[in-house]
Amino acid sequence: MSDRKFTEDEVQRYARHIILPNVGGAGQRKLLDSSALIIGAGGLGSPIAMYLAAAGVGRIGIVDFDAVDVSNLQRQILHTNADVGRSKVDSALEHLRAINPTIEVVGHDTLLFSTNVFEVMEPYDVIIDGTDNFPVRYLVNDATQFLGKPLVYGSIYQFEGQATVFMPGQETPCYRCLFPTPPPPGTVPSCAEGGVFGVLPGVIGSIQATEAIKLLTGEGETLEGRLLLYDALDMSFQEVKIRWDADCPVCGKEPTITELIDYEQFCGVPARPQ
Amino acid sequence: MPVQVKLPTILRKHAGGEQKVTADGATLRDVLGDLEKRYPGITKNVVSEDGGLHRFINVYLNDEDVRYLGSLETEVGEGDTVSILPAVAGG
Repeated sequence: MSDRKFTEDEVQRYARHIILPNVGGAGQRKLLDSSALIIGAGGLGSPIAMYLAAAGVGRIGIVDFDAVDVSNLQRQILHTNADVGRSKVDSALEHLRAINPTIEVVGHDTLLFSTNVFEVMEPYDVIIDGTDNFPVRYLVNDATQFLGKPLVYGSIYQFEGQATVFMPGQETPCYRCLFPTPPPPGTVPSCAEGGVFGVLPGVIGSIQATEAIKLLTGEGETLEGRLLLYDALDMSFQEVKIRWDADCPVCGKEPTITELIDYEQFCGVPARPQ
Repeated sequence: MPVQVKLPTILRKHAGGEQKVTADGATLRDVLGDLEKRYPGITKNVVSEDGGLHRFINVYLNDEDVRYLGSLETEVGEGDTVSILPAVAGG
């Protein structure tokens, strides 16, 4: 265990964690000594980043390549009206530093590809998926499996959300076990096409932040092996099992994908310019 | 035997916006067949042209993925809930 001494500011800042059973001084030290990478500073990434920063995760990385658009502000609460037109990473870092100036926040203003994903992920303990497209979701899954890092998954559509935790290692399910193939293009509209209920990513992102903090402190029972489903319209939660697929091309008994690939072709979408 | 079928947002348009509907059958194949009869087009993205299950939409009997039960031949009974769950990517 870390023998880090809390500063006076830290004792005050994290007082409600330090007195909390299951976190305590030991758990707070683990958070301060840990790191998390958040992929996407959008609807899911906003609450994830804000809660992890507030909780004192010592180093938080934010990956995004986009600029803040006024249509994002209905749900992407990390950004403000004054940030419209600015890079999401710049806006995110500034607001996270305003929430907690005592932690380190790192921006990765880039798209993720098979060529850079290892380098971006390597320095982080936990990877949190808040991206908005299938090619990156499959890429992030494969990379976390190959690097042996836990992946906190969340995804939303209109009024419904899904969340779980994928652990690396043998006989534990990955995203490819859950959804072996992406839907054909055109069958699932994006948020831009289908709309999204503004509070929905707040609920799912907060669940992802919860799971990340539990992974980093080693407390509680995560969603590993369970897919949590949320429906905002009838305010219901449901859980279904996620099984390891022995035939999974990534983590099965005889994997056929043993190195990173770019998934645009598999997902039937045009390749992104590198 | 009547079972409850929970529909994801993208399929509700076929069922007049309903989130839960009832369908009859002794196996999942029968239930989906009955569902299609009641709401034409609703299972197009669930059952493939060769009569199997598509791999980008999961179907659960209660909390178990039917791929680990008997797929379309999985037996269903009164009180069971069938949930249809597509992959979604929004963030």
